[in-house]
Amino acid sequence: MNARHGTAWLISVLCLTVAAFITMNVAYGSSKNTAKERVIKIVAQRFSFTPNELKLKKGENVRLEFTSLDFVHGFNVPDLNLRADLPPGKITTLHLTPDKAGTFDFICDNFCGAGHEDMGGKIIVGN
Amino acid sequence: MINRRDFMKLTAIGGGAVFISGLTSLSQAATGYGKGAAYDDFYFVQLSDTHWGYQGPANPEEANTLKKAVATVNGLESQPDFIVFTGDLTHTTDDPKERRKRLNEFRDIVSELKVENVRFIPGEHDASLDNGAVYKEIFGNTFYSFDHKGVHFVMLDNVSDPGANIGEAQLAWLAADLAKQKKDAKIVVFTHRPLFDLAPKWDWATRDGAKAIDMLMPYTNVTVFYGHIHQEHHHQTGHIAHHSAKSLIFPLPAPGSQEKRTPLPWDDSMPNKGLGFREVEAEIKTAEYKIIEFPVSRG
Repeated sequence: MNARHGTAWLISVLCLTVAAFITMNVAYGSSKNTAKERVIKIVAQRFSFTPNELKLKKGENVRLEFTSLDFVHGFNVPDLNLRADLPPGKITTLHLTPDKAGTFDFICDNFCGAGHEDMGGKIIVGN
Repeated sequence: MINRRDFMKLTAIGGGAVFISGLTSLSQAATGYGKGAAYDDFYFVQLSDTHWGYQGPANPEEANTLKKAVATVNGLESQPDFIVFTGDLTHTTDDPKERRKRLNEFRDIVSELKVENVRFIPGEHDASLDNGAVYKEIFGNTFYSFDHKGVHFVMLDNVSDPGANIGEAQLAWLAADLAKQKKDAKIVVFTHRPLFDLAPKWDWATRDGAKAIDMLMPYTNVTVFYGHIHQEHHHQTGHIAHHSAKSLIFPLPAPGSQEKRTPLPWDDSMPNKGLGFREVEAEIKTAEYKIIEFPVSRG
């Protein structure tokens, strides 16, 4: 490997490392290993999340994959400092590794119509 | 006919709550009215969350409540200098034609108010689904400021963005507007949602509200009046007092007190329980605002 190829290889490795770091820390800094994440697919549409009750284990690596069907809904878990906009036409991913047990409410926090106040659910984290 | 001063004493004695908000000190609730207070500065009336167009069990009198409140305000012995509606004038609808119809009907009803100086800001039910397009056609700008008898009033829009952001453009406007004020200017802010995180899990917050509060913080005499939560609530962020108003459609539970922010049920034995409006006295000499909560009807 000459010096020129070595530099290019080093830059490539750095870029991949940075990209992987960004991917793993979209909104919740405790994500650790995407390879071992449990994937939960969630559909958002006026005025519900399906499923609207997520049962997780403390320390479990989880990837939430959202598909919004009709509006840029919001997904917000204030007690976990976890939120994202959910634009239709794409999958929105959030990574989560809960570090405490409990029940945490989530809501749609982008006003989406007459049933907006009812659009929410729970994350239940067990030990 | 009782005069204004006597009436205010009666409302206090009869259970009407008088809230004294010192602009330079922590707020305190009082059930009596300050003796010897002057009433000749000015006062305004705040109405909020009228939700015209709502139909549901939480208010079977929905077609009459707003009209009764208008009549009650018109019956005040001394008319306020101005009246302000702090959002959710109408109940939301996905149908743009129906939204326009409700906003126009609301405008027609409140046009019966004797006071001509009536100010509005939108709530999310009025403006979030079309970014305030129809609202602006009927009521004009969603954020602006005006001066009245030595007080600078700022109307903030934290609802035209469905994500409850004030937004960078409006925040830049706010910074420029405040820059014209002295640091000890008397400033009153009207907005729909709370600017602080009152109950984020109920969406009772403004996503970038902290930026607005940070801009207001250098000013020593700032008071915020808002709606959205359908009940009287008082909160301090530093020296800035925040007062929410009752609704004129249905009351909501205390912040975070239960799982869902569902309306409190209508009580046939006490119609309009938990509903009302307020008047706010600005006594420039003492730099205090006195807030008096009213039921829908006086009887």
